[in-house]
This record gives sequence, C-alpha cells and structure tokens, in this order.
Amino acid sequence: MITASSRPVERGAPRVISTGPVAWGRKNLFNSWFNSILTVVLLLILGSVAYSFTTWAFTQADWSVIVANFGNFMTGLYPPDSYWRVWSVLGMVMALAGLTWGALARNQKSLFGRNLLIGLGGVALFFVLLPMTRPYMPHILGALLLLVGGAALGQALGRKFTGAIKWISAGWFVSYFIALYLLGGGPFFGRGTMSPSLFYSIIVMLGGSLVAGWQLASRISIPVIPAWISKTILFLVGFIAVYQVLWRLPYALNLDFGLKSVSTNNWGGLLLTLLLAISGIVLCFPAGVLLALGRRSKLPIVRALSVAYIELIRGVPLISILFMGQVLIPLFLPEGVRPDRVVRAIIGLTIFSAAYLAENVRAGLQAVPQGQSEAAQSLGLNKFLTTALIVLPQALKTAIPAIVGQFISLFQDTTLLGIVGLVELLGISQNLLASPTYLGDYKEGYLFIAAIYWIFCYAMSYGSQKIELALNTDLR
Amino acid sequence: MANTPSKPSFSLRSLLRDERFWQIAFQVILVIAVAALFSYLFGNLSRNMSRSGINFGFGFFKNPASFAVGEDLLNYRAQDSYIKVVQTGIVNSLRLVAAGVITATIVGVAAGVASFSNNWLLFKLSRAYVGLVRNVPLLLQLFFWYFAVYLAFPRKENQILFPSPNNPWLIASNNKLNLVGPGLSDEVWVGLMLLAVSMLLFGLMWRAVSAFREGRFAAGIAGWIARIADLALIAVVLVVNYFLLLTDSPDDRLYFKGGLIALFTNPEGLWIVALVALAAAALVVWRIRLKSMLEDGQDGKALLGVLIGIAIAAVAIILLAFNWTTPTVDAARGAVGGLEMSMSYAAALTGLTFYTGAFIAEIVRAGIQSVPRGQWEAARSVGLSNDKAMRLVIFPQSLRVLIPPLNSEFANLAKNSSLAFAVGYPDLYSVANTTFNQTGRPIEVFLVMMATYLSINLLISLNMNQLNKAVQFKER
Repeated sequence: MITASSRPVERGAPRVISTGPVAWGRKNLFNSWFNSILTVVLLLILGSVAYSFTTWAFTQADWSVIVANFGNFMTGLYPPDSYWRVWSVLGMVMALAGLTWGALARNQKSLFGRNLLIGLGGVALFFVLLPMTRPYMPHILGALLLLVGGAALGQALGRKFTGAIKWISAGWFVSYFIALYLLGGGPFFGRGTMSPSLFYSIIVMLGGSLVAGWQLASRISIPVIPAWISKTILFLVGFIAVYQVLWRLPYALNLDFGLKSVSTNNWGGLLLTLLLAISGIVLCFPAGVLLALGRRSKLPIVRALSVAYIELIRGVPLISILFMGQVLIPLFLPEGVRPDRVVRAIIGLTIFSAAYLAENVRAGLQAVPQGQSEAAQSLGLNKFLTTALIVLPQALKTAIPAIVGQFISLFQDTTLLGIVGLVELLGISQNLLASPTYLGDYKEGYLFIAAIYWIFCYAMSYGSQKIELALNTDLR
Repeated sequence: MANTPSKPSFSLRSLLRDERFWQIAFQVILVIAVAALFSYLFGNLSRNMSRSGINFGFGFFKNPASFAVGEDLLNYRAQDSYIKVVQTGIVNSLRLVAAGVITATIVGVAAGVASFSNNWLLFKLSRAYVGLVRNVPLLLQLFFWYFAVYLAFPRKENQILFPSPNNPWLIASNNKLNLVGPGLSDEVWVGLMLLAVSMLLFGLMWRAVSAFREGRFAAGIAGWIARIADLALIAVVLVVNYFLLLTDSPDDRLYFKGGLIALFTNPEGLWIVALVALAAAALVVWRIRLKSMLEDGQDGKALLGVLIGIAIAAVAIILLAFNWTTPTVDAARGAVGGLEMSMSYAAALTGLTFYTGAFIAEIVRAGIQSVPRGQWEAARSVGLSNDKAMRLVIFPQSLRVLIPPLNSEFANLAKNSSLAFAVGYPDLYSVANTTFNQTGRPIEVFLVMMATYLSINLLISLNMNQLNKAVQFKER
C-alpha cells in the first residue's frame, strides 16, 4: 500500500503486471536511487559479515568446549551415572506432550501430515548429525518415538473417552512431582529420616486421602443429620482413615527403598533453567491473576494492598530481589529454617513475575466490556461465578500475547540466577568458559547457549500466536 | 434484603446473606492475615538480628568503606565513607541509564521505522534484529559484548585507530575506548546544572508561546500539580540519597560531591539557593505579567525569540561546558581525551542499547501501525513522498500511542542497568552488594537500593507523563 504510486488513468487493455525475480527486485530493492544505494550497501555489509562468520565458524572456532561438555551444559554437575533419571523425566514429558497433542487433535482425520513428518524427520536428523548429541542418539530418538506414539494413543483415547483431557491434565500435575522425585532422589517412604519424598507425601498421601474422602462423602448419605454436617464428617473420616493407612503402610510392610539422592547443588544447566522457569510460570500465574482481580476490586483494602505490592515490586530490579531473596528469606524465617536455594530462587522469580503478570491480566480485564458482567449477573450468576466463568476467560484470551511475553521474559530472567550462584545454563557456561582449558572460547560457548535460549523463546512466542489464532472468535 | 427495613430485628441469617457484611468481613480477615504474616516475619527478623547482635540503623554508612571502585566521577577514595561510595554508585548508574535512554531510543526508533521501509532488505533486517535480540537473555548479551567483543580487542600496543592514525576519532584497545565526545571532568556538574536550568526555562517559555497561540492558558491546576510533583520528586531523590547518606564533612566541595548540607554551608551553595529562590519569585511575577499581556491582546513574537535564544544557549552549554575533545594517542596510557569509556561501561551500554532498542522498535512499529491507513493515503494524495509522509504525517501521530509503553521500557532499562555489575561496572547495585558483603547489613542496604531505584523510576514516569500530555490530542 505504501509502494503504490499514483499514475494517470490509462485507457485500453490493463497493464501486464510483470512477474519474476527481476521485476520483484526492481519493485522491492531498486525502486528509487536512494533504495538502490541502500540495497547495495546493505548487501555488501551482509556479505562481508556472512563471509567472515562462516570462515570463523569452520576454520578458527574451537567447538570442543561444547562437544566435550554437552552433558554439563544440559544438566550441570548432575552425576553421569544417574543420567537415566533425567532421560526418564524427558521421556515422561515427551509421552505426556504426545498424549495431549493427540487428545487435542482428536477430531483431525490424520495426525501426521506431510509437513509434520518432514519436520520430525528433520529434528531427528539434526540430532543424529550433530556431533555432541550423537552419543545420546538412542535416547533422543526414543523420546521422539514416545512423542509420536503418545500422539497416536492420545488420539485414540480422546475419541473413545470424553474425559481424556482431564486425566491428561492431572497427569501433567502428577508428572511435575514425579520429575522432582526422580531428579532429587532420596528415600521414597522416608523410613530412616521420617520424611517421605515429595511425590509420595503430596500426591499419594494427600491426593489419595482427598479423593477417598470426597468419594465417601458423595456416595453415602446419612438421613437424619443435616446434609452438610454428614458430608463433612464422612469426608473427614475417609480422609483421615486413608491418610493413616498410606502413612503407616510402608512401615507395616517394612518397605525401604529409594533413589540415590542428588543435592540441588548438583542440578544445573538447561535442566535447572527449565525447572526454574516452569515452576516460576506455574506459581506466578495464579498469583498474578489474583493480584489483577484485587487491583480491580471494589473493596478499598484489597485494592490498596494489591496496588502497593504491584508498584513496589515493579519499581525494583529483579537482580536485587533474587539476591536479597537468597539473603533475606532465611532472615525472615525462624531460626534454623533455611529453604533450599533453588526454592528461594523460585520464590524470588515468582514474587517478581506475579507483579508484572498482574498488570498484563489487568489490561485484559479492562478490555472486557462492562455489559458482560451485567449480563451474567442478570442471569443470576453470583460475583464469583461471573468472574470465573464470564469475565476471566475473556480477559485471559485478550491477554494471551502479553502473558506469554511475560513468560518469555521470566524464562530469560532465570539467567540472573547464574550470577546469584546457581549453575543454570548461563552459570554453567560461565564456569566452563572460565576454566583454563577453554580460555578464549567465549564466542563459541555464548553462541551455543544463545541458540538454545532463542529456540525456546521463539517456540513460546510461536505457540502464543497459534493459541491466539485458535481462540480468535472475532468473526471479522 | 429488600424487606429488611420492615424487620429491624437482628437476625444472624439475614446478616449472613448480606453482601456488605461479607465484604467488610473479608477485608477485616485479610487485614488480620496480612498483619499476622508481617508480625510473624518481622518478629523472626528481629529475633534473628538480635541473636547475631545487629541493631537496625543506618549509622554504619558513616564508616570508611575501604574498597576501591573502578570508575567514578566523584573523586572517591578508598578511605571515604560508605555514603560516598553509594553516591558514586548512584552517579555511575545514572550515567549508564541516561546514555542508554538516548542511544536505545535512537536505535529503536530507527529499527521501528525501518520495518516500514519499502526496501525489502532493510525491512527484513529490522525484523531479524528484533526477532533475534528479543529472544536472547539480556545478561547473555552483556556477557557476549564484554567477553567476546570488547575484551577481544587488540592490546594497547597495537590499538585500533579510526578513521586515520593521525587524527583519530576513536581509539580502542582491550583496556578502554576513547571516542570524540564530552570529557567527563569536574566542570560537567556545572554544565549539567546550567543545562537543567535552561531546560526548565525552555519548558516555561514553550508553555507561554503555546498559551499565546491558543489565546488562553491551556492547562488548569492539574498541570501545575504535576509540575510541583515533579520538582518534589527530584527533591525526594536527593533526600533518599542524602537523608540516609548526609555527609557532614565541610571539606566536601559542591557539585554532588558534598550533599545538601554543603548547599547551605558553602558560599557557592548559598548562591544556588538564592538563585532558586529568585527563580521561584520570578516565575510568579512572570505568570502574572503573562496573564496581563494576554488580556491586552499582545502577540507572542518576542517570546518566540527568547525561546530560540534559550535553545541556542542550551546547545552552547552542551558544546562548551562539557569539554568536547578528540582522543589523542598517549605513549603510557594508550589514549587520552575525549569520552573515555571503560570496557565494562561500553559493554553494558551496548548491550542495554540493543536489547532495549529491540523492544522500542516493536513499540514504534505498533504505534505506526495504529495510525489509520487513511492517513497514509491522504498524505500520498497530497503528493508527499514515502519518507515525507512518514516524517510529517504518520510518525507525529503515532507518538500519541507510543509514549506510555515507551515509559515502561525506559523504566525497564533503568532496572536492567543493574545487570551491568555482572560485567564489572560499579553501578549502584554493585557497590550496594559489596557494602552488604562487608557490613553484613542486608536490610539497610536493600532499603537504600530499593528507594533509589523506585525514585529513578518515578522520575522517569513523571517526565514521560508530561511528555505524553504534550502530544495528546488537543480537544477544543
């Protein structure tokens, strides 16, 4: 539209629009003397940069720092004899991703189109050809196979059972704790130390007892006493009974096994980066939504507290929150209570990101017309249901690009933990590049991890565009 | 609820159904919960602090700091107090932020406008720049610039001289970078003060001229409140940095080297106080006179002359008081003169510039896109070329949408400047960190740091709000 030039109306046959590379170049690169000079200058600069980069990459650059330390880049100082645990976490995530994808795409005729197969093949080929991933080829190809198999299975399940998605979501929730246990290890039931693993205590004990109590309360009804009292009693009975059984059963059976424990000091590399980012994202999202709702609330105290929190946090740099989080959190807790430093890092990231996310969600909330909540209330929905079912879904839909943008910056912000002492991807690279063996290999190392960060961030923003398109109900 | 007035008797059931009751109860519960949380946290804090024998207080800031700072503009010596070192850090931070705001705006606007170029290559380059830089963490980019680019420069024996060895504009070695520009000597502070005064005068004149143009005073009381708040905030920044950090040594000279006390104990300082008081009085007189002139129906031609005069004076100040020089080769030190930048400063500035520039480019792009297509077409139809249409019609209109997000981007830049410490630049965060490590006083140091960053951000946002008001639609 900018390039359309005005010309007098011509009579006769319509002009033939010339096509082909020459015409294209004339239109887009050489349409005025200024643009022609610009194009030539830019081409010269680009050519020289590309030439010097290629010669550097293939002749001078020493990529051994990456090939030799690929495991360290991925997992930090994680003991190599326990790498199978990391691989099983990857396999679990891949299988779940496949299941989700299949279940979401259950109405498509065939899951694997031509482009997709080519893409998958390309990814597999890439990992096979790359020198540093070649030793792990069977694992990587296995993970890809799990993805594909999971997708096929997910589609079949999704067609057969309507509630498949719900169970897969629950699977994602459980998988987080399984992953934590697999990575951290330690006694599974905690016979000696009296501390069962996170997975066992949260998912099995609490989850099992909650489900048992809920089922008991919803299936049995006692006629005489009022319903809510009997339900509560039944729930408590079921909860306590099952909790006690699950708590004592391992002792009774004399079960005692577990994985070798790996201290969080040894977690690192891309693994730690992803763990931090995912935990931060999962935790800051509900906090941010609550803060945004609080800031829009009509209750003065709720609003004042939310505004104070958001503005205070948004006014200080993240690095100070993270660093002081490492120092101050133990000071604010009772003597002797000292959370793990990965936990402290996640707390710092969450505190920071929640404030920014709240502003993004608030923008989305403001975009929902007042009439929507009025209409909902006139249908008889109460405040809570109006917010949860009508306003929030629409607000989140408009806010998706901003929210994903915030997630991307949270992912990038995990690098700051590298200077606080955690050996996540950037931290481990700094350590490796500072070693005398790889002196001066900064360019190679930084280019490699920049590519990793770029791929993840780009994938996130690409995904957000896709979701935005899929949810776009604006029929224009 | 509707028939409660007819039944004045109190009943629990109706109370429980009253929405207002629940609103108040919820807020009371929230306040109690927050207060309980805070009392728990601060109780722990005071117990922890008393256990380690620390009393809360800022007194330790007067102790000698006894650590060296890489670069400073305040003649800091290692035996000076922590007050002085924190001031040094603040000045260093401000120096980075101020330069970064200017360069990032230039880069960002250029890249944003380039994405509307009808040169395909330039357009693609601009998009590639944004897509590449936004998806790689800032800290990694800073490391890249510092370790892989600036420290890879040749040693000072064969330093780079650009454009010619005899008359260089730029001298670069792996130690420092000398550029044609303002040498940062002591007189810079005088220059900065003069510049600030001339800016203030310029703003006043501008208002007077626009008042003449419109035939009335445009802004009511709101503008004045904003301006007073602005001035008050400058005072807040000073107080924040000096209230806790007052120097009481009368030897300290003025120009930021002393502090507030020096203003009143020093003959030069008294001059400035008198000048400010006179300016305030003149302001009132000026306003009264302006009003009467307006009522007499005079035109503002003379004022316009004054405006231009002040602008010329400001340019003269920039040119003369900032000691502009070209760098020269020096046998012992490599290079002297000009704008001397350490490698840390150069790396931090480059990294911040390109990172923030990419975000600003996206903002500019969105702003230009928000200008209706009809404006382009109208500009083209009155015969403006593509460049002129952009410069005269589209870009000025896009400013309206552009300022608020630009504001938050500048605030981000100010906060991100704290990452400069990772490449060894002694900014506020860096000196605060060292102070904390030496004294073991995390709370006090954190408070000072937080207050300073908060006031810098507030200052940025107040000024941007003023700018925003200036470019909004004038609705008559």
